Amino acid sequence: MDTPSSATAISAVNVRKTYGKKENAFHALRGVSLDIRQGESIAIVGKSGSGKSTLMHLLALLDTPDEGSIRLDDRDVSSLRAVEVNKMRNSYYGFVFQQFFLNGRQSVLDNVMLPLVIGGVRPAERKKRARAALEAVGLSDKIKNRANDLSGGQKQRVVIARALVNEPRIIFADEPTGNLDTHTGEQVEQMLFDLNKQKGITLVVVTHDPEFAARFDRQIFLSDGQIVSESGAAA
Amino acid sequence: MRFADILGMASGGMWRNKTRSILTIVAIFVAAFTITLTTAIGAGVSTYLDKQTDGFGAPNLMQVSVAAEDDGDGPAVYDPKAQTNFGQTVSTLTNADIDAIAAIKNVDSAVPFEGSSPSYIQTNGDKFVLSSQQLVRGQTVDVVAGSAPKEGAQPEIIISPQYAIALGFDTNKDAVGATVTLGVSDPLQQVQTVEAKISGVMNESLLGGGRLWVNDTLQDKVTAIAQQGLPAEATDSYFAAVLYAANTDPETMTQIKADLSDLGFQGMTVEDQIGIAKQIFDAITTVLTVFGVIALLAASLGVINTLYMSVQDRTKEIGLMKAGGLSSGRVFSLFSIEAMLLGLWGSVLGILAAWGVGQAVNQVAAESFLKDLPGFDLMLFPLASLAVIVGIILVITFLAGTLPARRAARLNPIDALRYE
Ligand SMILES: Nc1ncnc2c1ncn2[C@@H]1O[C@H](COP(=O)(O)OP(=O)(O)OP(=O)(O)O)[C@@H](O)[C@H]1O
Ligand SMILES: [Mg+2]
Repeated sequence: MDTPSSATAISAVNVRKTYGKKENAFHALRGVSLDIRQGESIAIVGKSGSGKSTLMHLLALLDTPDEGSIRLDDRDVSSLRAVEVNKMRNSYYGFVFQQFFLNGRQSVLDNVMLPLVIGGVRPAERKKRARAALEAVGLSDKIKNRANDLSGGQKQRVVIARALVNEPRIIFADEPTGNLDTHTGEQVEQMLFDLNKQKGITLVVVTHDPEFAARFDRQIFLSDGQIVSESGAAA
Repeated sequence: MRFADILGMASGGMWRNKTRSILTIVAIFVAAFTITLTTAIGAGVSTYLDKQTDGFGAPNLMQVSVAAEDDGDGPAVYDPKAQTNFGQTVSTLTNADIDAIAAIKNVDSAVPFEGSSPSYIQTNGDKFVLSSQQLVRGQTVDVVAGSAPKEGAQPEIIISPQYAIALGFDTNKDAVGATVTLGVSDPLQQVQTVEAKISGVMNESLLGGGRLWVNDTLQDKVTAIAQQGLPAEATDSYFAAVLYAANTDPETMTQIKADLSDLGFQGMTVEDQIGIAKQIFDAITTVLTVFGVIALLAASLGVINTLYMSVQDRTKEIGLMKAGGLSSGRVFSLFSIEAMLLGLWGSVLGILAAWGVGQAVNQVAAESFLKDLPGFDLMLFPLASLAVIVGIILVITFLAGTLPARRAARLNPIDALRYE
């Protein structure tokens, strides 16, 4: 546990999340504990509605648990100020959501640059880095196109370029291949694993595809807001 | 996030839905246009009136006449002392009255206004009628060329540009220093002439009522002819006098007026004479400005609505940016700047349009109904007040934008991303 590759990046300690109140209350997570180590790749697997996205959002500091805690470097995240959390997400996290969330009217380059614009990176520098990210996903020739004019697979690659443009330490991806055909899905999967292997970026991916999940270091199986089993290297 | 990027993004957001934004801008435009026009007319007229007040006499100068009779008690009793002026009875002042006025506390001195005026003015050609009066100390004129008539041995007169043209001078400058002949009727209706030098050319003024101004020497000569052979009681009669107050404190002025009315006279400063016109005018511009402000309030409701729709349309985008680490404060500024951009476009375009209309109206007015009032720009657009209008509209649109901007700032990234 001393090597950098096994240092804990994020941990969830007995987190609970409840939506709604009283008789309408829905317990989306009922006491989930999980350690994510730096450089590993984790798949969160489970049926629809089992709480996968909810857990990922908590780990990604996009939401706060009702009970339990999310810890970073042994500090409870709830003690961090909003600025620090924002800075954290902007500098160290990359996101791929269940939908593309691209601004269709803007160019591919503008879409990819968004995290750098938020981070206040100089225009020349951010263009350079966005081009590099697009090259990494094989979309150099689509830089000037409007995001709307791309195919689904191309859009998902733009989303991945956007997730890695800020050179994050960890990428959170929610069903990154959900909307793609098998072939394009595999391309995108390979892209993510390459980032994990070559750059040591930690991967936290939500999926319901068992084949895809099997390629990860670890799999976490969720059912009704609880971890029912874990498999893989560290289980 | 850099300010330039926030600005760019706010502007991009504004133009996302062109029709909606343009309609809102038009509403602000109408308000800014109205407010600018009324402000411009207000500035034009009051600048002119101020110029008139300054130009017509020192603030310590007060015109004194016999107090008007209250005609609520039926016809006035005949007074043989009253001067008859084409059948109209005008009460006049005598030298004794003027001495009494000069003796009032805080009055430095009082001089009579001589009523006699020449009947015509002539160079070599045609004779033109005129009405002239002595330019008293402390009174100034809006000189265009040459100078105002100075007290001294030489008879002098200042004329208006219309007279300069009529008398055959090519330019105002040519008229300065020229000699004119003035015809004065004596009591037997025989015309005698005096010569005078043109000391200068002046803009006609509102209070001047078309009068030309002469110096004391020329006035004395004119009066001497007009009253030739008349008995003393007939010549000891002036329709008005001018008094000089020791200072211009409002209390002093009030006290002098009170003392005058005890003596049966009424005193009016130049400001009093212009004041009534100014009050009416101020009331009109205030009403117009209120309309403009109402239009502005209506427009700001439009801004609120537009911004709420913009926030709604971009809920997912806001969620994505917040997930990417954009702070709530920045989201707030993004939308309040978008609101202020609507205000900026509307107000700048409105002001430009008002300015354009103003130039055209000034041109038309100068050639038509303001022809006789040179130096009167109906509409003035001082930069400072234009800046104030833009500033106020920016503040109002900012305030209107705070409600939607706050909603955007408070959006939870997850809720925003889940939003369908
Ligand atoms: N804001 C909310 N209000 C009420 N219920 C919610 C809310 N967000 C999520 N839920 C509920 O919580 C449960 C878990 O949702 P979550 O999005 O985590 O599911 P998931 O495992 O990602 O499903 P899927 O595979 O379909 O994306 C679901 O039953 C969902 O209806
Ligand atoms: Mg999900």
